[in-house]
Order: sequence, then structure tokens, then C-alpha cells
Amino acid sequence: MLGSLIQQTVNALTIGSIYALIALGYTMVYGVLRMINFAHGEMFMLGAYVAFLVLSMLIGTVGGAGAIALTAAFVIAIFLVGVIGVGIERIAYKPLRNSTRLAPMLSSLGVSLSLVTGIQILAGPQPVAFPSFFPAVRYEVMGGTVSSVQIGILIAAFALMFGLHFLVNRSRIGIIVRAVSESRPTAQLLGINVNGAISMVFFVGPLLGAAGGILYASYYGIMTPTMGAVIGLKAFTAAILGGIGSIPGAMLGAFILAFVEVGGTALLPIVTHGVLGTEYRDVLSFAILILVLLIRPAGILGEAVSEESIVYKREF
Amino acid sequence: MLGPNGAGKTTLLNSISGVARPTAGSITFEGRDITGMRPEQVVRLGITHCPEGRQIFQRLTVEENLVAAHIRRAGRSFEALRAEAFDLFPVLKERRNSVASRMSGGQQQMLAIGRALMAEPKLLMLDEPSLGLAPKIVHQIFRIILDLSRNGISILLVEQNVQLALECGDYAYLLNTGKVKLHGPAQEMAEHSALSEHYLGGVNETVLHV
Ligand SMILES: Nc1ncnc2c1ncn2[C@@H]1O[C@H](COP(=O)(O)OP(=O)(O)OP(=O)(O)O)[C@@H](O)[C@H]1O
Ligand SMILES: [Mg+2]
Repeated sequence: MLGSLIQQTVNALTIGSIYALIALGYTMVYGVLRMINFAHGEMFMLGAYVAFLVLSMLIGTVGGAGAIALTAAFVIAIFLVGVIGVGIERIAYKPLRNSTRLAPMLSSLGVSLSLVTGIQILAGPQPVAFPSFFPAVRYEVMGGTVSSVQIGILIAAFALMFGLHFLVNRSRIGIIVRAVSESRPTAQLLGINVNGAISMVFFVGPLLGAAGGILYASYYGIMTPTMGAVIGLKAFTAAILGGIGSIPGAMLGAFILAFVEVGGTALLPIVTHGVLGTEYRDVLSFAILILVLLIRPAGILGEAVSEESIVYKREF
Repeated sequence: MLGPNGAGKTTLLNSISGVARPTAGSITFEGRDITGMRPEQVVRLGITHCPEGRQIFQRLTVEENLVAAHIRRAGRSFEALRAEAFDLFPVLKERRNSVASRMSGGQQQMLAIGRALMAEPKLLMLDEPSLGLAPKIVHQIFRIILDLSRNGISILLVEQNVQLALECGDYAYLLNTGKVKLHGPAQEMAEHSALSEHYLGGVNETVLHV
């Protein structure tokens, strides 16, 4: 019993930290532009594909890579996806910045479809086996199993989140990003580098999302061109749950969602005597999204519904 | 710059700082045409706009507000500018790590001016700095504005408090319905009876429309 509790807790932490890495990108973009970047799930998918490509270019194959090659591939891949994120913003969102609020969101849907289709054409629609970025060892902990891959994911994800915390709260560019998030008109009027802040967010968000993608593909040993779709929506749910626009909220929402999912999936078959099985996991997550939107649209740590979001609703 | 509510004072400042685009006419600064320039370019030329209602970043600390507004260019370092702002407004130094939303209205106005100074302005445009503040605080702030002006920063002050503005200013303009109705040295304007007529006339008009 204790063993399975530990095992489920580690499972929830693992999946939660991957959700958190993606959710941060949604929330940061919303913070500075008040827009939902529907292409963000694809940054997660690109992370895995770019890492695969970088790794095969570095060592000629993807199997049996050493720790140095894997680390290098990880770092180069997330950096490249960050650059791709900045490029996407310049091409697909920036020209629409002064049009209606809906325009860049629709554009992001287009970007999302283009990326998925593009990868399907280039790499094929079929799943591809993905090398593990961590040595796979299984540990028995009081009867439950915890894998070294999970521990590696937790360490990598927490290191990245700590780095983000430092960047946002301590660095000059982080302060500027927060200023722009609070009031873009005031930042503009003061001559603050608003475009720099927006580019920063479109670099860091996709970078973290890509890291999530690599860790996820490592965990399941597989990548597909559509892997970003459902998990992107889950991370989006986590961002809404925590309060979109809030960085701590995105992390909190991600872990709550993961614990509810893992806990719910374990309990559902028992509580319903097998009528509802583990396949109802996604139903559970999206039911949370609907509930939050109905009961507390601002999320746990989000600001109370402001005049701005009323205007926003009217525009829809 | 004086004028009743809705005269176009804020719009004038917004046009100068590049937030709004004038439909006609031109804006010249130090002999250079700056019409239609973007705000970040205007700030780099030395014009800083301290907006109506202060608009400080509420969720940032005092110090972070200053950091965000510092413009990197071949000028003085952030530390030097911050030290100067702390000298002018010691309360900002005392409360440098407080979140700005916890500050009183007067302290927030001081922060707004301190923040504007981070861009090393040659021309500082202040939009109704006395708005909603107790007379004692208003006098304190105006003394500092006068100090800034003596230290060589040109001040363009928008005020509803006519008497105070004319006491402090060198030259005054009266704006109504987007047009300069009257201008002259502040002292002469203070004696001008037409000023109060225009001014009160405008105010009455708006009252009637309500
Ligand atoms: N030159 C102009 N031509 C046409 N419309 C103008 C002009 N100047 C201002 N306006 C319009 O007049 C309205 C009020 O202007 P503004 O906010 O600048 O007034 P204000 O003098 O700052 O008033 P307050 O004292 O209430 O702050 C705005 O809607 C603005 O667009
Ligand atoms: Mg005004």
C-alpha cells in the first residue's frame, strides 16, 4: 500500500512537472500579450523531434549515445526551439498585434496545424522510437517501483523552473517582462523595450515546452507528430486552473492536475466497481477545465475578473 | 499647460511622447522633427512622459519600477540615477523593496517621477501630478519639480490647479477644445482676467453638458 502510494506520488510529480514546463509557456505569453498561443503544444512536439535530429547529427545514430552527447543534444534542441518560438512570433503574431484580439489566436491555430503537418511530411506520420535521455534503472521502494528516468525528469524540470524563477524575479529582463505583463501601454510610454520582453517570452516559453517534450518522449520511449495536441490542452488546463498569467499559478495548476489525474485514475475503477476504467483520465482533466471556467474563471492564483477581461469577452 | 477637463492636455502629451499620432501639424524638439516617432525613440531623444494617474507598476517593487524604466544608452549608470532619485525622494530609498501597490498616493506619485528620471530626461512632461493628493504632499512634490527645473531639466507641467501652476511655471498656455486659447509668461497670465473666464467658461460648459 505504502509502496504503491509512493509510486503513484512519483508518477504524479513526473507528469506534473512536464505539464508545468508546458503550462509556463501558455501563461507567460498570456501575461505579456493577453493571447492564447495554440501553437504552444507543438513546441513540446518539436522539442522531441529537434532533439532526435540533433542527436543523430552529433553521433550519427540515436542509440547508445553517451551522457555528453545526450546533454549537448538536449541543450541545443531546447535552444533551437526557443529560436523557432521567437521566429513564429515575428512572422505569425507580431504583424497582427494591433488588430483584433482574436486574430493572433487564429493565426496560432494555423501555425499549430502547419507544424504538425510539416513534421508529418518531413518525418512521417508514424510513431518513432525515442532514445531515453537517462539511464533506465528501476528502484524498488517499499514495494513500489520508481525509475531513474522519473528522477531524472524531476531533477531536470525543477532545475529549469528554478532557473525561470531566477530569470523572472531577479534579472533585468525578467523585471521588464513583468512590467510589460502588468501594463503594456505604460511600458511603451516609458520607452521600455516591449518587443524585447515579448521576444524573451517567446524564447523561454518554447524552450521550456521543448524540454518537457524531450523528457516526455524519453519517459514513454516514443514520439509522434501529434504528441503535443492532448498534452498541450492538459497544460493549458493547468494554466487556467492555476490562473492564466500567473507563473506560480501555472506550476501549482500543473501539479494539482497531475495529482487529480493520477489519483482519479487509480480510484475510478475501484469507486465505480469497474464501470469507469483508467481510460477516463482525460475526461477527468477536461472536466476540471470546464468546472474552473464555470466556477472561478480567474483560476486559483489569477487576478479577479477585471474590466479588461470583460472587454475581452465582448470581443468574442 | 492649463485647461478644463477634456481640453486635450493629455492628448497633447501623448502626441509628443509618440503614444498618439497627430492627424495634422508637426512636433519639433531641439530643432528636430519628431512627429510620428515611436515612444521608445522619443524617450531616447530625452523626452519622458510621466502619465496621468501615475501608472506605476503596482505588482513590482519600488526598486523594480526604477529598473524597468532605466533606458540603456551611453549615459549615466543606473546606480547613479537611482542614487539621485533616492536623494530627491528619501522615502523611495526607505521603501525600495516594498511592492508599489502598498505605497500611499503621494509616495506613488514620487515613484512615478523618480521612475521618469531613470530615462535621464531633458524634457520631463508631468500630467497632473497633484491629482488626488493632500495639499501638504502637493507642495512637497512641487518643490521637487522646481528643484529639477533648476537642475536643468525642462518641465512641461499639465495642471488643473491653476494658481499653483502659475506660481511655479515660467510660461503658461491655456488649452481648450484642442486649441491654444491664450499664452504668455506665467505672471502675466495670473493677472489676466480672461484666463479665469476661459477656464471657468470651459468648466461650466462641461457641467452643462452633464
Ligand atoms: N486636438 C484635438 N483634436 C480632436 N480631438 C481631441 C484633440 N485633443 C483632444 N481630443 C479629444 O478630446 C478628449 C479629451 O482629451 P484629453 O483626455 O486629452 O483631455 P484632458 O485635457 O487631458 O482632460 P482631463 O483634464 O480630464 O485629463 C479625448 O477624447 C481626445 O481624443
Ligand atoms: Mg488628462
